[in-house]
Amino acid sequence: MENVFYSLQAYMLCTKSITYIIMGLLLVLLPLFWIFLTGRDEKKRTF
Amino acid sequence: MSEETSQKDKTLFTPFNVVTGIIILVGLVLTVLRFTGGLGAVTNLDDNNPWGIWIGFDLLCGVALAAGGYTTSAACYIFGLKRFHSAVRPAILTAFLGYALVVFALHYDVGRPWRLPYPVFWSPGTTSLLYEVGLCVFLYLSVLAIEFSPAALEWLGLAKIRNIIVRLTLVLTIFGVILSTLHQSSLGALFLVAPSKLHPLWYSSYLAVYFFISSIFAGLSMVIFEGTLAHKFLHDKMDDTHRKESPGVVTAFSKAAAFVMMGYVGIKIVGVAMDNNWHYLATGWGAWFLLELVGFVALPAFLYAIAAREKSLMAARCAAVWTVLGIILNRFNISLVAFNWQLPAAERYFPSWMEIATSIFIVTVGVVVYRFIATRMPILHAHPDYQHDH
Repeated sequence: MENVFYSLQAYMLCTKSITYIIMGLLLVLLPLFWIFLTGRDEKKRTF
Repeated sequence: MSEETSQKDKTLFTPFNVVTGIIILVGLVLTVLRFTGGLGAVTNLDDNNPWGIWIGFDLLCGVALAAGGYTTSAACYIFGLKRFHSAVRPAILTAFLGYALVVFALHYDVGRPWRLPYPVFWSPGTTSLLYEVGLCVFLYLSVLAIEFSPAALEWLGLAKIRNIIVRLTLVLTIFGVILSTLHQSSLGALFLVAPSKLHPLWYSSYLAVYFFISSIFAGLSMVIFEGTLAHKFLHDKMDDTHRKESPGVVTAFSKAAAFVMMGYVGIKIVGVAMDNNWHYLATGWGAWFLLELVGFVALPAFLYAIAAREKSLMAARCAAVWTVLGIILNRFNISLVAFNWQLPAAERYFPSWMEIATSIFIVTVGVVVYRFIATRMPILHAHPDYQHDH
């Protein structure tokens, strides 16, 4: 992805946008990974 | 009498003693060479490459892999997970010896080792990250020595002072976590001063965060790894509590390491995105970066996840070794491989055999001392007089 950026604002708009998308994906994927991790654990009820 | 003597000789010349003895002898000769002939007599260091494997391996890897001390004691004493208690003393011992050997190894690398206390006591360079690393390592080594001392005091039968020090455990653990956060991250931050020398895929303003987060799973992996070695070679020194708690420690640490490693992969990708370095991934350096990130972080994280789900000790142990190799690869990449990446091949650094032998000597000293302590002091078992102390 070799864009040419003519201003800092344009550079940061592009990089931060991609970062926000990655973070959104991580917010979904990491809990799914946690569910995978703890899938075989004994269910502990505290109530 | 001659039968008894020959029996004693037989016991002394075990394969372990012979191999470690040879390594230590070679190491002592190299030590004399280094301190009489200077760095040039022993190393391939030069003005372009002032830091070699004595920093890249002995210091960077040594500090990262000694992180098991703060992670295990934080889990047990701060997060209250008492089922990890049997793992604390071995982890603290590994960390104590690890940091002691880091300081020992540093003496080989610095120009005037007798001046090592100067930055702490005489001339603090408070604007320097390296000063902060030195101060934190000095303080944390002291904390670890105090945290380790109850085991030695129990062995020596000094109950009164042992009981006083045990009451300091929580304070020491908190102080240890603070100091570890500081120096683990600062070691990464050292490389912020050389943006043109470190390849863009490894250089990031988040280097400090990367080093700290990776130290967490490095420490967890080392606890699993040295637990594996202890089970294999020091099984008779372990008591029932250790043997019973050990699989639970491995499973729980695998789960924690898997999650932290996946988070780490995520923030590494964010780092590439923030600096717009995607185009580097299509280069040879990119392939090497992906090998490190996918092959030595993401894949062992999956293996850890499977180990945690299936409660498989074998999978966890393999993942631990794999992760430790990944940490070593990461530290080597940042300090040696991707550092000075633009220099021509003739000016790049490769360690001399004497540097490698010195590093092996230092690790061997650590293994020998660990074995000496673990076979005599209450590390892998509770002392009979303090069975119910938690």
